Amino acid sequence: MNRITYSLNYRKPKDEYNPSDELVVCLRYFHKNSSNEKGKIIKKSTGIKCKLSDWDIDWHKNSDRFPIKDTDKLFLKKNRLLKVKAKEFKLFISNIDSSPNKDSIKLCSKVPLGPIADQWTNHKNNIRLVSPANKRLIDVIVVGTGLAGGSASATLAELGYNVKSFCFQDSPRRAHSIAAQGGINAAKNYQGDGDSTYRLFYDTVKGGDYRSRESNVYRLAEVSTNIIDQCVAQGVPFAREYGGLLDNRSFGGVLVSRTFYAKGQTGQQLLLGAYSAMNRQIARGKIKMYNRHEMLDIVKIDGKARGIITRNLINGNIESHSAHAVVIASGGYGNLFFLSTNAMGSNVSATWKIHKKGAFFANPCFTQIHPTCIPVSGDHQSKLTLMSESLRNDGRIWVPKTLEDAKSIRDGKIKPTDLSENQRDYYLERRYPAFGNLVPRDVASRAAKERCDSGYGVNKTGEAVYLDFEAAIIRYGTEKAHLKGLNENDKELVKKLGREVIKSKYGNLFQMYEKIVDENPYYTPMMIYPAVHYTMGGIWVDYNLMTTIPGCFAIGEANFSDHGANRLGASALMQGLADGYFVLPYTIGDYLADDIRTGPISTDLPEFKEAEELVMKKIKNLLGNQGSKTVDHYHKILGKIIWNKCGMSRNEKELKEAIVEIQELRDDFYKNVFVPGKNESFNEPLAKALRVADFLELGELFAKDALERTESCGGHFREESQTQEGEAMRDDKNFTFVSAWEYKGIPSDAKLHKEQLFYNNIELKTRSYK
Amino acid sequence: MQLTLKIWRQENADSKGKIVSYEISDVSPDMSFLEMMDVLNEELMIKGIDPVAFDHDCREGICGSCSMFINGEAHGPDRYVTTCQLHMRKFKDGDTIYVEPFRAKTFPVIKDLVVDRTAFDRIQHAGGFISVNTSGNTQDANSIPIEKANADKAFDAATCIGCGACVATCKNSSAMLFVSAKVSQFALLPQGEVEATDRVINMVKQMDEEGFGNCTNTGACQVECPKGISLDNIARMNRELVKAQFKK
Amino acid sequence: MAIKLDSSIIRKVAMALSGLFLIIFLTQHFIINISSVFSEKIFNMLSHFMGNNFIVQFIAQPILIVGVLFHFIMGFYLEWQNRSARSVKYVVYKGSANSTWISRNMIVSGAVVLSFLVLHFYDFWIPEMKYKYYDFLAEDPNRYHEELVHKFNDPIKVILYCISFFFLALHLLHGFASSFKSLGTDSRYYYSIDLFTKIYAIGIPLGFCFIAVFHLITNIVTH
Repeated sequence: MNRITYSLNYRKPKDEYNPSDELVVCLRYFHKNSSNEKGKIIKKSTGIKCKLSDWDIDWHKNSDRFPIKDTDKLFLKKNRLLKVKAKEFKLFISNIDSSPNKDSIKLCSKVPLGPIADQWTNHKNNIRLVSPANKRLIDVIVVGTGLAGGSASATLAELGYNVKSFCFQDSPRRAHSIAAQGGINAAKNYQGDGDSTYRLFYDTVKGGDYRSRESNVYRLAEVSTNIIDQCVAQGVPFAREYGGLLDNRSFGGVLVSRTFYAKGQTGQQLLLGAYSAMNRQIARGKIKMYNRHEMLDIVKIDGKARGIITRNLINGNIESHSAHAVVIASGGYGNLFFLSTNAMGSNVSATWKIHKKGAFFANPCFTQIHPTCIPVSGDHQSKLTLMSESLRNDGRIWVPKTLEDAKSIRDGKIKPTDLSENQRDYYLERRYPAFGNLVPRDVASRAAKERCDSGYGVNKTGEAVYLDFEAAIIRYGTEKAHLKGLNENDKELVKKLGREVIKSKYGNLFQMYEKIVDENPYYTPMMIYPAVHYTMGGIWVDYNLMTTIPGCFAIGEANFSDHGANRLGASALMQGLADGYFVLPYTIGDYLADDIRTGPISTDLPEFKEAEELVMKKIKNLLGNQGSKTVDHYHKILGKIIWNKCGMSRNEKELKEAIVEIQELRDDFYKNVFVPGKNESFNEPLAKALRVADFLELGELFAKDALERTESCGGHFREESQTQEGEAMRDDKNFTFVSAWEYKGIPSDAKLHKEQLFYNNIELKTRSYK
Repeated sequence: MQLTLKIWRQENADSKGKIVSYEISDVSPDMSFLEMMDVLNEELMIKGIDPVAFDHDCREGICGSCSMFINGEAHGPDRYVTTCQLHMRKFKDGDTIYVEPFRAKTFPVIKDLVVDRTAFDRIQHAGGFISVNTSGNTQDANSIPIEKANADKAFDAATCIGCGACVATCKNSSAMLFVSAKVSQFALLPQGEVEATDRVINMVKQMDEEGFGNCTNTGACQVECPKGISLDNIARMNRELVKAQFKK
Repeated sequence: MAIKLDSSIIRKVAMALSGLFLIIFLTQHFIINISSVFSEKIFNMLSHFMGNNFIVQFIAQPILIVGVLFHFIMGFYLEWQNRSARSVKYVVYKGSANSTWISRNMIVSGAVVLSFLVLHFYDFWIPEMKYKYYDFLAEDPNRYHEELVHKFNDPIKVILYCISFFFLALHLLHGFASSFKSLGTDSRYYYSIDLFTKIYAIGIPLGFCFIAVFHLITNIVTH
């Protein structure tokens, strides 16, 4: 039994006090294991004073009353403070492992107490450190070399740890962070438009539809400014103004300009910055780099993460690597959908392996579907290409108003430019007059799907909508003509000038579109369709970024922590670098402080040998399978199931079907998959088979999570939970928690653990873009 | 479209490779070159033939993994694209297409079209960084104003994706464009100036030790570079190195 | 500062510098030769000066010889190095798609020019040295023009002469501009450098050919 009580802190017998005496209110956390056991007070907190006469003795008899009566002038404020403290307490209680039940590990988010703005500073001041002399004795494994993994490797090495970094690509510089286009947010307020740490924190939590952990997000916003300083010092060539200072742009519908960028290649420049920091440490011998190595399992010794098993992708060697801590920075699992904007090699294996060994997987169903991608052109398609969100600043999205016109366009009988204004349906402007084409990603994506599902799609596959720049071209052109004193009524001239302006803004994107689609978007509207882009879900971590496996950490997109149910534009880069440069390197010390006397860990231990054998066995099974279908065959089917039944909108019936279908597909995979070649060589189909095997398991958990969460929030839209106008409807009463899944053999048997979310600094509100 | 593919097959680094001919039909002009290779590989696997190994990852022209020498040109006939962005509409029905790996002594073949480009990484280890600690306690980003023109030039140099097309296409297998892009990026920024001397000397030294050829300014690299990195960078690196000789 | 040729860029700079030095010599050579067309007297005077001045003979001439030797030895060495940087050759290599034939074949144009130089040494320099320092023949300040004209009386010789200058033109067309790039010239000068290279690389060899043809024709006309 756990109870939180407020009471007055009497220091002497009650009758010795006057009614006007002020006493301190005491908050007690009272805990009792069973009814016959004597309970004990685990934690107390004090601080608020109250006159005896203002104290309501019977407050607890009525659930909605609070102990300080309205006779006290400040009763509202005081009661609110008490409420906040009680919540903090609750959080604390949910953190401490009060019931060491055999089959249930309690989630302990380890969020520090105190006001949110001081939490990170206080935490840094109080966590344990490892002395420089001892850091030399400690090895850390980092899996993945993207923004999070690369920056973490570099910083850990710089602090003095011996780092072993792993990536499956041929160089750390090729991690998929490199493909991020738009920019990186930071609350620098260089533009003087009222930005602040709080505002960035607020936007991120609100954008995430109130499903992220407040303290983590606040910390992210707090360190965001350091990232920019750090990257500039490293030589990252951010865009600049003519005065030589850094330029910003606004992004993703927020109200301030806080996005730093390097043309459309911000991710590349930031990644190369982290890569250069790694190179410096590799040259010093502090990082040992393992390219073309894929992590295939984690090794636990006495319950702690102590190493990993890898496969050398060149010669197939199965190798054991030991360390005192393992950091997983292997990115997201968007490739579950087969078609996504992720790289071909992006996979879930590292995170799935640690999940199977005890790390909880949080909110797997929170996926971001990006509204502006180049549509699928046919069955041969291997991946999708993103067009920066910034295009929506100037483009208007539409489909034909009538089904006949849509059909004629699909059949190639008419061109989009043949349709007049009143034959077009600018559906976003129609449905969301306030935000129009600039509604958040999830809303825009769902609206496009709704139109296409109703038969208004405009390309051969019927899955595309138009993004039209005609209006912007004319608007800019007229402005330009006016500026130059030319004839504003000369339509051709105006369009020509307008196209020049558009070219200067989006030239590289337009060129990319033309290369892929072979249509000139300056003259005909672009076709776009939503595609899977980012996964907010991931491995559950506490405030220290440690998973539920002691000594195993997850950072970047691989963890779940900061984006809630939907990520804002330009926040992924921020999170990756914040975790890697500024959070993990400090918090990991708290764990490693116990390991200074451990000494090197031998890879000859039976745990390693056993894990190696299991991996080898799995590989042999796949290679020895006398199947007839290729790995991609299964991946494509899996992708279709997930996209159709767990995609942009989900319902109970289809999710249940999906779980069964994925199970069947997985069984079929192990029976009928054909993996050519041998282990001891460069064998991409084998590497792919191992990855797809994990996707086939994750997919089931994904559907299960989506099924359990019967509310709609952020990127997760449940058809059962919508308003009459078809907008998403959140259920804060029942779902203000993180679903953390514990592996129990079959993915859909996973056990749900809930981490309650508390919003003390932000009021829960419904998002509205009408 | 129907095509004849003449592809370099090589089992591993030690074996001798040869060109093998494959026929492929039903190629859609909308496919990317790598998607066409995917289709080929699916067909090969069904026939029980080992699929063609090739490097690829992001498939949007930024990671620099793909590395095919198509019909005598790095990344094929199109300009400012990597192989993954090359579309089959650039070819005609009935074409014969030669596909070879990026060749250089410094890029040994791992298998078929996959080559080992770690020499590039080693050059970067030698000096492709600014020695600043990642503590975050550096000076405020805006306390270092940088002239826009220089910032833009530094950015243009920094867009190098490290694919190796410059080496592959250079008749001398020279890596000057790659190395100079990094040297230039930092030489143009005040943050990088402090270490400029050591950086250029060390990176060039490593480049030479790896066994890349010498630059003869043919300019082929800048034409084939998918990111259009300019030969100016090579001139700038030459200048930096000569300057460094006087300082040492 | 220590100049060592251990860096590929330093070698490249050295190639550029020796090349530019040879270009200066070539310019000087051209000026003297072209004077033979206009005035026998000036030509004889200049030639006599070059042939008998102590500084020219014993300081400039050895430097020139070293420069020529360096340029071609280094050229061949670099070519060997460049070729061995790619051990397995491409089956299909489409150099024409991204670079000029000239820039890719400096070794060919260089080799032709070199063989001409060998011929020139045999034909002019060795007899000249023999005349002056072996046979110790009496110096005649007016012998040069006649000897020059005499050398161009064979049409075949003139044709060979013109062919080698054609290759020199090719060599210069890439080499001249390239040497500036090797020296690290800023790109804003490239336009002027390229223009000047074109004028020089075509103009000078054309001038040499003109001299040869001029004397050939004069020979035919006067005999």
